[in-house]
Amino acid sequence: MSDPNTEVLSQEGSAPRTPRTGREAPPLEVKDLHVEFRTRAGVAQVVNGVSFRVEAGETLAILGESGCGKSVTAQAVMGILETPPAAITGGQVLYRGTDLLSLPEAERREYRARKISMIFQDALSALNPVFTVGYQLGELFRVHQGMSRKDAKAKAVEMLDLVRIPAAKQRVTDYPHQFSGGMRQRVMIAMALALDPEVLIADEPTTALDVTVQAQIMKLLAEIREERNMALILITHDMGVVADVADQIAVMYAGKVVEHAPVLDIYAKPSHPYTKGLLESIPRLDKKGQDLAVIGGLPPVLTNIPPGCAFNPRCRYARDVCRQDPPPPDYVVAAQHTSACHFWKEVREGE
Amino acid sequence: MSETVLETHDLVKHFPLTQGIVFQRQVGAVKAVDGVNIQLRRGETLGIVGESGCGKSTLAKLLTGLETPTSGSIAVHGTDLSTLSPQQVRKARRDIQLVMQDPYTSLNPRMTVADIIGEPFEIHADVAPKGSRRAKVQELIDLVGLNPDHVNRYPHQFSGGQRQRIGIARALALRPAIIVCDEPVSALDVSVQAQVMNLLERLQGELDLSYIFIAHDLSVVRHIADRVGVMYLGQVMEIGSDTDIYDHPTHPYTQALLSAVPVPDPTLRGLRDEIVLEGDVPSPADPPSGCPFRTRCWKAEDICAEERPPLVERPAHPHPSACHFAEERDVVHATVED
Repeated sequence: MSDPNTEVLSQEGSAPRTPRTGREAPPLEVKDLHVEFRTRAGVAQVVNGVSFRVEAGETLAILGESGCGKSVTAQAVMGILETPPAAITGGQVLYRGTDLLSLPEAERREYRARKISMIFQDALSALNPVFTVGYQLGELFRVHQGMSRKDAKAKAVEMLDLVRIPAAKQRVTDYPHQFSGGMRQRVMIAMALALDPEVLIADEPTTALDVTVQAQIMKLLAEIREERNMALILITHDMGVVADVADQIAVMYAGKVVEHAPVLDIYAKPSHPYTKGLLESIPRLDKKGQDLAVIGGLPPVLTNIPPGCAFNPRCRYARDVCRQDPPPPDYVVAAQHTSACHFWKEVREGE
Repeated sequence: MSETVLETHDLVKHFPLTQGIVFQRQVGAVKAVDGVNIQLRRGETLGIVGESGCGKSTLAKLLTGLETPTSGSIAVHGTDLSTLSPQQVRKARRDIQLVMQDPYTSLNPRMTVADIIGEPFEIHADVAPKGSRRAKVQELIDLVGLNPDHVNRYPHQFSGGQRQRIGIARALALRPAIIVCDEPVSALDVSVQAQVMNLLERLQGELDLSYIFIAHDLSVVRHIADRVGVMYLGQVMEIGSDTDIYDHPTHPYTQALLSAVPVPDPTLRGLRDEIVLEGDVPSPADPPSGCPFRTRCWKAEDICAEERPPLVERPAHPHPSACHFAEERDVVHATVED
């Protein structure tokens, strides 16, 4: 994804590299990550060679439908996958050049929340219902920085203020159920930001919220990202939200990044049939169309991903080469724009 | 103009709030639906949009008879349902069916697809004699585009989109004139969502159906609806044709709602007219006096707290809008002036 000079990025060609000299290594880089779930129904290949990187101050959106492996990727990066049943079978998660996957758990803890932190989709179930919001927020300061209860509480008020919760001083002693959906999500953001991380992963942060509240939260995230020059990874299925905030977009399908591009280029000239289909199938507010274009069929069952390109059974461009092993490599379509489709030229030029 | 198939008059549903355990006394009420007047014409799709808690699902339940209204009336084909005897009500309900939001919980996991789709015939036994039911179920399965070989499967063997098709087939079983769709596509992925919406449009043409289409996604409603009503705290704030609402909104709430919907076009970033509302929706148990939206409205003046603005047509703007200061502002196409 990173090097536009090579015509084809090889799937395995990511031998461990020492941090580059001259330029600082990016705050987060994921290389060829593989995750599988060993279940009774068989081995589900959930993440099959995902690579991406984010720079400080940049927003990367990971886009995909349910079951494409986007949340599992995030959990693998954070190191919060439940193993078993999950197993990380390959790849690297590099924070400034350090492979987090090779660290022992005790050292790994040092990175979580301090360097990389995460916001979850459902704030109500992510917060503990039996502790006050202030206690949960303060816990970060007490555990990671050894602050006293009193100092931690003062810090908690400060954080609630930062995410613009009105009357933070009074609300710090409230329990999660006393907050509305949008306010709870703000509390989550406050917790994620507490230790001033360099990378923030937001896993569907606004999916459970109404549009007017969604607008508030997205605006808040964008402001904080800019203020702190943080790298933001936004995981979502909403192509509208992505168009508004992302710099780079990685589209995932069946555990693979099928297209990776800067935001303007991908919307103007999608170069993978799946991205193109997704863009055509969303109803738009500012246009009234006739029939919506449809991607026929269903996403593959992850215990039985079709050989060749995983998208081939639903693809209108598919030919014999797509149905054979191995899967298409990442073709370089334009500067910083890669697509895993043999026929990207056709797709890009389009009808 | 075609005939009106469904009409509500001042429809109200208040859920009482009580205090005490033995001697319960009412201390208030959640005003879920608070005076809704809508008309649905034959072959038309009326979209209802609003944020969570605005009463749109309660409205769906009232229309399908799952809740009884506190006051007001619902008339189907001109007959007021509250004047009918229980037997007659049962018959009248065949005309108005519901498609539910969550296809994962609205289908009984212990019943096969054939049983689920055929269940309406068990309840309304005179619609289809026993011998013909099997054939009718097959026909319905065909109609919604499911594989007829799958009749003996269970819901868990289907994907979300296919389950929603089963729900639609069940709603169609009694050949209703009206279908109330309560968030039928919001649990589905975009690519599957498009399939289900196209199916609903096709069925409408083939079977001459009228839809009440309830959703929180304004883009989806724009795509499918002929007319749109915008709800806030149990009241309709603005209602009109889809072009009236999307291209010429006059109520501040509609404008804020529309401007908050992200448009999938990165070239418009920073150029759109964005209204970011402060705060949250007030509790329907204690709605603001006067106009319910005044607490979040940038236009609010004293009169808004004193007087509830009626949902009427105003001279300059030909569609009804419940705002004292109704004024057109195109937020969807507008770009910020330099």
